[in-house]
Amino acid sequence: MTDWVGRSAADIAAAVRSGEVTARSVVDEHLAVIDAGDGPINAFNLVTADAARQSADAVDATIAAGGDPGPLAGVPVALKDNLCTRGIPTTCSSRILEGWRPPYDATVVQLLASAGAVSVGKTNLDEFAMGSSTENSAFGPTRNPRDPSRVPGGSSGGSAAAVAAGFTPVALGSDTGGSIRQPAALCGVVGLKPTYGLVSRYGLVAFASSLDQIGPFSATVADAALMLGVIAGHDPADSTSIPEPVPSYTESLSAGVAGLRVGVVRELTGEGIAPDVAARVNAAVAALSAAGAEVTEVSVPAVTYGLSAYYLIAPAEASSNLARYDGVRFGLRVDAPTTDAMMTATRTAGFGAEVKRRIMLGTYALSTGYYDAYYGKAQRVRTLIARDFAAAYDTVDVLVSPTSPTTAFAFGAKADPLSMYLNDVCTIPSNLAGHPAISVPFGTGDDAMPVGVQLMAPALAETTLLSAAAVLEAASGVAS
Amino acid sequence: MTDERSGESVEGDGTTLRSPTTGDVWEIVVGLEVHAELATATKLFSAAPNVFGGEPNRNIDPVSLGLPGSLPVLNHRAVELAMRVGLALGCEVRPCVFARKNYFYPDMPKDFQISQFDLPLNVDGQLELPSGQIAGIERAHLEEDTGKNMHVGGDGRIHGAEASLVDYNRAGVPLIEIVGRPDLRGAEQARQYVAELRSVLVAVGASDGKMEEGSLRVDANVSVRPLGDPELGTRCEIKNVNSLRSLGRAIDYEARRQVDLLEAGERVAQETRHWDDANGRTRSGRSKEQAEDYRYFPEPDLVPLDPDPAWVEAVRAALPPLPAERRRRLADAGGVAPAAVALHVERGLDALALAAMAAGADPARVLNHVEHNLAVDGAHDLDAGAFAELVAMETGGELTATQAKQVLADMVTSGRSARDIASERGFEAMDTSELDSALDAVIAEFADDWAAFCAADDPGKRKKLTGFFTGKVMAATQGRADGRAVGEALTRRAAG
Repeated sequence: MTDWVGRSAADIAAAVRSGEVTARSVVDEHLAVIDAGDGPINAFNLVTADAARQSADAVDATIAAGGDPGPLAGVPVALKDNLCTRGIPTTCSSRILEGWRPPYDATVVQLLASAGAVSVGKTNLDEFAMGSSTENSAFGPTRNPRDPSRVPGGSSGGSAAAVAAGFTPVALGSDTGGSIRQPAALCGVVGLKPTYGLVSRYGLVAFASSLDQIGPFSATVADAALMLGVIAGHDPADSTSIPEPVPSYTESLSAGVAGLRVGVVRELTGEGIAPDVAARVNAAVAALSAAGAEVTEVSVPAVTYGLSAYYLIAPAEASSNLARYDGVRFGLRVDAPTTDAMMTATRTAGFGAEVKRRIMLGTYALSTGYYDAYYGKAQRVRTLIARDFAAAYDTVDVLVSPTSPTTAFAFGAKADPLSMYLNDVCTIPSNLAGHPAISVPFGTGDDAMPVGVQLMAPALAETTLLSAAAVLEAASGVAS
Repeated sequence: MTDERSGESVEGDGTTLRSPTTGDVWEIVVGLEVHAELATATKLFSAAPNVFGGEPNRNIDPVSLGLPGSLPVLNHRAVELAMRVGLALGCEVRPCVFARKNYFYPDMPKDFQISQFDLPLNVDGQLELPSGQIAGIERAHLEEDTGKNMHVGGDGRIHGAEASLVDYNRAGVPLIEIVGRPDLRGAEQARQYVAELRSVLVAVGASDGKMEEGSLRVDANVSVRPLGDPELGTRCEIKNVNSLRSLGRAIDYEARRQVDLLEAGERVAQETRHWDDANGRTRSGRSKEQAEDYRYFPEPDLVPLDPDPAWVEAVRAALPPLPAERRRRLADAGGVAPAAVALHVERGLDALALAAMAAGADPARVLNHVEHNLAVDGAHDLDAGAFAELVAMETGGELTATQAKQVLADMVTSGRSARDIASERGFEAMDTSELDSALDAVIAEFADDWAAFCAADDPGKRKKLTGFFTGKVMAATQGRADGRAVGEALTRRAAG
C-alpha cells in the first residue's frame, strides 16, 4: 500500500504522467502515512485530505483526457502555513489569524497546482516564521522525525519534518534568515533558499519583506531543482520579482564541479561551530575537491556583523508588517470599549512572546532618534556584506559553510533568545545579500543527527549551486 | 466676516492683524498642504477601481484591505499624473522612494500608509497666483488615501456612538500631496493659492479638484510673527477645512487666537487643530503626549522609482497651457492686467475670448461679457464666430448693452445666431428722432426733475438723475434705447 511513499517527486510525476499509477492512489498513500504518523510529529497544522483527493482526481482526469497535468503531476506537496490558500485557513501558527480564510492563493500555490502538484495540507512553523525551532507555534511544537526529543529547526520546521518523515516528497517553506536551510539541515533533507526576487512573494504572509523568500524542501537535490523550476519566474503581482527568464535547473544538475572554484568562508567555519559539524563540512569540502573543484579559503569579513544587522532589519520590517493584525478586518478580535483598547487587547491575546519581542525591538529600532543608530546602520552593514560577498565572488564561484552551528537540539535547550538567534549565524548573510543558498545533508554528527552543509552562490547562480549540491549529495551517499 | 474673538482687526490687505491694545502689527504666515486625489481608473497599488462614493466596501481587493500576503504594485498612470502636476508647478522630477508611515488607525488597512518621505517625486516648484505673487512649493509626492470611519448612533461622532464602521472604498486611492512653503500672508492669499492650484490640477487632467467630494483637501499651517520679524512663529496645523470659505475663516480665527495668546504672554503650542465650521473655531486635536512617531522607513515591497528622463520630457512636452500662461495670453490680447482675467481663465473661457477677439470682436466687450454674462452652463459650447458677431453688432450700435446681454443668453441656450435672435425680438437700433420724441415726453412728464438736472453742479447728483431719466426712457422704449446714447442726449440738451 505504500509503493510510492518515500519515492522522489520526479519519479512520482513520471509514473503518473505515464499512467503507471494514478495521482489518486499516490495521494491516498501519502494521506494514510500522514494519518498514521503525524500525531507525535505535528508537522501539519491542517491536512486537507478531501481537497487533496479532489485535486488528484482532477490530475487523473486530465491524463485520462490525453492531457498533461505538468511536471509535478500527482506529486503530494506540503505548504508552510504562511502561504495563502484560497478558502483554506492560513494561520502562520498564530492565534491572531484565528478563523481567517484567504480569498486568494499565493502565486506559488497557483504555480504548483498548475504543474499538477497536489497540496495535502498546511505545515507548522514558528509563529509568523519567527524562530529557529518551531517551538514558537501557537499549535504546539513540531518534533524532529529523526529523534522526537529534538526540535526540527525552524521556522519551517513543519515542512522540513514532513519531508523527513516521508509524509510528502517535497514541501514549500519560507526563509528570512535561514528558515528553510536550518530545519533542512536539522532534519536531514535538502532545503533551498533562492535568490531574492526569483520566486514571487505574493501570498506569502510577510515577516521581513526585504529578506523573505519562498523555497523548496526535498529529499533529493534533483527534486529541489524540479520544484524551483515550477515556482521560479517573474510575477507582476510582486514588485520585487526579477523580470528574467528561468533557466532549466534540472538540465544543469549533472554539470559537475570540475574546475569550479569553491571558497570556504573563514568567518563561518571557526569559532562557535560544533566540532562534529565542522568535521562534516571539512569532509564535504574534501569531496568537492576530489570531484575536481578548486578549493580555497576566503574571507568575507562583514558576515560577522550579519546577525546584529539582521536582528534590527528583520524586526523593524516585522513591526510594520504585523501592524495590520489589529482586530478590525480579519482574524482574532478581543472586544473592548474603545478602538485603541480593542486593538491592544487583540494583539496582547493574539501574539506569542517571541512575536511581541520582535515587534518591540523593531518599533524601537525605527523610532525617531534611534533610526540612524540602529536601522540606518544595519542597512549600511547590509551594503558591506553585499560588497564583501561580491569581492569573494571575484575569486570563487561557490562558498561553503555549515548550515547550522550544531545538529538538532533538545526542546527547551535554547530558552534564552540570544542563544537561539545564534543558530542563524551562517544562514543570515545570504538573506541580507539576497543571494541563493542551499543546505545539503552530509552525514551525521556525534549524536547521529544529520549535519547540513551550506553552499552559497551569487544572485541568480542557482544552476551552479544545484550542480555543486548534486555532487555533494552523491558523495554523501544520501542519493539513492 | 464677524470677529468672534477680541477686538483685533484685519489690516487693509488682509495679511496682518493690528492689536487694539498695544497697536502692534502681527503678520499672518500660512503654508498649505494640499491633498488631491488623482483621476486614475484604479488605485495607487492595485487594480481595484478608483471611483467616488458607491456602496461601502465594494471597490476593494486584497491589497486595498491590506490582507496578509498581499503586495502593492505601483500604478504608473498615477505616477504620470503626479509628474504632470510636478512639472506644471516647475518642480524637479527626481528618482524617489516610497516609505511607510506607521500609525494605528482603523481606516488604515495595513496600519501604515505608503507615502514618500525623504525622497519625494517632485521637489522645488512654485505657483504663480493671478496677482502675480509667486508661492514656493517644497514638494509634491505620491501617497495612498485611507478609508473612512463612520460612527453609528449618538450624534455621528465617535464619542457616544454605538458602533463604528469602516468603508475601505477610498483606501488606496492615489493622492498627490503638494506641500507649499510658508509664503502666504493671510486668508485671502491662501484662498487664491488653493483656487489657483485647483485650476492647475484640473488643467493638467490630474484631478477633478472637487473640495465638496473630498478629492481636494487642504491643511493649513498657520503662525503669526511681529511684522518685519524674519523668524517664523510656532505654527499650528489646521485640519478639517472643507471649502475655500472655511479655509479663510479658519485662518482668520487661528491667527487671532495666536495673537491673543502671545499678547497675553503665553506661548503657542505646536499642535494639530481641527476646524469646527459650525462654531467658527479651531479645537485642539492631539495633545503632545499622544504625538505620533511615524517610524518612516523605505517600503521594502516596492522598488525605488526612477522615472526615465525620456518619459519625463514626454510628459512635460504634452502639458497643456497652464492658467498663469493663459492669463498672460488673454491679458495681452485684451490690453489689461493678468489679474483682471483670472475669472475668465478659471472658468476655462479664455480660449473662447481669444478666438472672438481674433475674429475681430472688441476685446473690452468680449472680456466684459465673459466675466459677467457667461458664468452659465453651455458657455463653453458657444461658437466664437457667433460671439464675435454679437459683439460687432453691439459695437456698431445695432444692439444696446442690455439687448446684447439678452441675445447672448439666448445664444447660449438656443445655439442660434445673434442676428436671428435680435431680429425675432425686434431689437433694432432706434433712430435719433424716435429717441428725441421719447425724451421729450419724459422731460415733459418730470419737469421738476429736469429742472433739478439742469441746475445740478454736483456730479453725484447729476449722475443719479441721469440714471433716473435713463430708466424712464428705457421703460418708455421697452429697453430698446441705448443707455449710453440717452445719457449723451441728456447732457447735450441740458447744456443747450
